Amino acid sequence: MILVQRARMISFQHAKVTGLLKLGRNMAHGLRTNKTLAIGLFMILMIGLVALVGPLLVDPDDARIGAYPARLKPSAEHWMGTQQQGRDLLTVTMLAIPNSLKVGLIAGSVGLGIGIVFGLSAGYFGGRLDTIIKLASDTLIILPGIAILVLVAVSIRTMTVEMMALVVASFAWMYPTRTIRAQTLTLRERGYVQVAKMNGMTGIGIVVREIMPNLLPYIAAGFVGAVSGAMLATVGLEALGLGPQNQFTLGMEIYWARFYGAILRGMWWWWMPPVIIIGLVFVALLITSMGMDQIVNSRLRRST
Amino acid sequence: MTSGYLLRRLGMLFLLIFVAVTINFMIPRLMPGDPVESALNQLVATGGGSVGDVQEIAEAYRERLGLNQPIWRQYLNYWGNIFTLELGTSLQFFPAEVSRIIWSALPWTLGLVGVTTILSFGFGIIMGALMAWPGSPRFLKSIVPGFLVVAAIPYFMIGLVLIFLFVLTYRIFPSGGGFTFGGNLGYNWETVWSILRHATLPALSIMLASIGTWALSMRGLLISTLGEDYITLAEARGLRPRRIFLWYGVRNSMLPQLTALAILLGHAISGAVLVEVIFSYPGLGFKLFEAIHGKDYFVVQGIVLFLAVSIAVAMFLMDLLYPLIDPRIRYQSR
Repeated sequence: MILVQRARMISFQHAKVTGLLKLGRNMAHGLRTNKTLAIGLFMILMIGLVALVGPLLVDPDDARIGAYPARLKPSAEHWMGTQQQGRDLLTVTMLAIPNSLKVGLIAGSVGLGIGIVFGLSAGYFGGRLDTIIKLASDTLIILPGIAILVLVAVSIRTMTVEMMALVVASFAWMYPTRTIRAQTLTLRERGYVQVAKMNGMTGIGIVVREIMPNLLPYIAAGFVGAVSGAMLATVGLEALGLGPQNQFTLGMEIYWARFYGAILRGMWWWWMPPVIIIGLVFVALLITSMGMDQIVNSRLRRST
Repeated sequence: MTSGYLLRRLGMLFLLIFVAVTINFMIPRLMPGDPVESALNQLVATGGGSVGDVQEIAEAYRERLGLNQPIWRQYLNYWGNIFTLELGTSLQFFPAEVSRIIWSALPWTLGLVGVTTILSFGFGIIMGALMAWPGSPRFLKSIVPGFLVVAAIPYFMIGLVLIFLFVLTYRIFPSGGGFTFGGNLGYNWETVWSILRHATLPALSIMLASIGTWALSMRGLLISTLGEDYITLAEARGLRPRRIFLWYGVRNSMLPQLTALAILLGHAISGAVLVEVIFSYPGLGFKLFEAIHGKDYFVVQGIVLFLAVSIAVAMFLMDLLYPLIDPRIRYQSR
């Protein structure tokens, strides 16, 4: 009996390993055929690499007030110049990129997490729970997110990167909830879900093991959307001066540049790099989500 | 129009307003500390004399907000104040009423958002149609990626680039504000010219960012419309291609675009708020920015509430209009 079980487990694990290999091969094939997704992911990878390696290559002391003479133009010594308070802008930018990405990633993950839980439970269990979740997401999606977020951010005394992420996440869960709920509604009626139900699987078991794996493309697409939305809100709040005051982020860099009149004084080397980097991040996310859309839509076409 | 549809939409509107007001009431009270006290302390620390008698103002607020009353009583009072349009007074410019501040800033925002939305909607539809039209020149089709890239970037960042180009480098437009400072506003051409010149760059940055979205969705809709059977039938009947394209294709693809208008409205307003900040344009967004900076709590609260409620009302009105414009939209849907 035990032997049989062990044999089964081994074969199960074997199946898992070959499954993973197959998944990897499928992904490689997918990336080769789906150029859009490949380009988007490559851009994100590059930006992520800069965020990871960049802070190691610079000395945080160079970003202190008065580290260097103020308002230096870009030169061989200061590749991106210095700002009003004598901070070296290359150092500041390198320290700001990971912080900005962190806000987007945390907010996007939290938003998506809430979206998965709400979307799955509303779509699968239905009833009163569904009514409440649907009503809540429908109402909050209409309200101007940035306005409500301003109200929250104004009330918080000292803003940090992590706090910022949580504030923004509170308005990042509605879209994922909607799409996941809609997909769950259609998956619920599938044959294999019915079979699982007849086999006596519990509701939560079915949702986690039968429905969720089939939603992976939507979850991935939802994640990109949530991160992009969260970063848009973050950059907006930071432009209003509501971001973390004592930490470097790209949005706050734009805010400070404006605060010290860098734009009208012609200090383009202060405000332009953060604008370009933020622009690149948004374009990378857009291209990635377009690539994912192709996958999701081809699945839709096949399933109908 | 069925009464059930009307009732459902009306219920949604009331729910939205209820949520907006409740959030506005709750958030300051959930936060630790007394917003009035901290705001006033901050003002004293930074501004000093211009604030007036701090103690008196704080007392007046405590009294008016009834902060010593039970919470449900405060909530009811809050509703009462909203119905009488009493949103409090500014701390920064002390006796000024919040509702008056909103009222004076509203025309600027309404003008900016209204005009840019109509213009970018119109241009976007024309461009989208041209992109789907088989006979249009190739360069039109090749600008699609360019617009996609621009559409991905936040509105206000495009504004920064425009300032750099047209204010600093070429010195064509003024850097900010709503009209020439010191000039007297009157009903004359000079005033109109000044207002237009100041509005050009903010409007341009909103339009550049949103035309692409409209054009692309128009193109998509038009391409799928051109695949419909009635287009084939029209071709078989021997109608002129131009007539088929404009009257059978474009006209039918425009209606779903109108539906998208509602979804993008909130987005447009959030974007416009930030564009106003960048250009110091004297609308609601800039007032909000000033209020955030001056820790002018009641002005922030008032503008946020106003934005939320006006979007809810606009959504409601559009929901009522759609079935009249496009009979294909069923009342029962959603």
